[in-house]
Amino acid sequence: MTLLTTLFAAVICTVLWYRRAPENPMKTGILCWMYWGASLMWLVDAIFEYAELGAGFFTPEPADMLNDLYLGLSVVALGLVIWVVVLLIRDPRGVIRGWLRRAKKTSAEEERP
Amino acid sequence: MACFLVPATEALAVTVAKKVTESKEAKKEKDGGDPSQTENRDKAELALTGSGRVPFSRKLKWLSNLLWGGSALLAFEHVWHGEVVPWFPFLTNAADPEDAAEMLHEMATAGVGMALLVTAVWGGMLIVSSVLERRAAKGPAAETEKGAQ
Repeated sequence: MTLLTTLFAAVICTVLWYRRAPENPMKTGILCWMYWGASLMWLVDAIFEYAELGAGFFTPEPADMLNDLYLGLSVVALGLVIWVVVLLIRDPRGVIRGWLRRAKKTSAEEERP
Repeated sequence: MACFLVPATEALAVTVAKKVTESKEAKKEKDGGDPSQTENRDKAELALTGSGRVPFSRKLKWLSNLLWGGSALLAFEHVWHGEVVPWFPFLTNAADPEDAAEMLHEMATAGVGMALLVTAVWGGMLIVSSVLERRAAKGPAAETEKGAQ
């Protein structure tokens, strides 16, 4: 379930990236790399689990499924938080830099006698 | 258990390799190399659709992004399951020798498998990228030939 959740997130982010490619103004590429990387790694995990459990891998207990879904959604949320932090730090549209410049200018004008 | 440590270690090595390649490419450009290799670095994806080649440092960045991103999210999963803790020895299985052996076995199997699969996918991306670059380079050449005829 964690693999499925991350895979869906990866596909959705890739479609969102492709719509604006190659400019990528919202840095959605970061999300694509993160979710695809995690999906590939969980795929390996799933293969090993399948080798161990066999067909039982496809019939998990409802409680396990719910916990895995909860984990998957938390992973997607963590990815989104990392993306927002990177986006605000890199500030590709210069919004934060402009706001800081204006705030600095205003405070300098207020300090003037 | 700690399988994410293998791709994270590879990510670290790839990041170092990327930095070295970047500095080499910058030096090459300074010495009068092909400026199209490094110009427009921020919009290097444009090079796929336009003319020119994507610098190798950019290609290494694809791999490091995949590895760092995946490792970060997998590390979170391990924290979720209580396998990684914020106190020494950080990995709960590292405290007991029997569990440590099991952990190392998982790192050697699943961890190495993860690193290999991500690297293989990146290899596929390199092949697709080189085909696109070749087509982009052939396009203008073919047009020039047609014009000459």
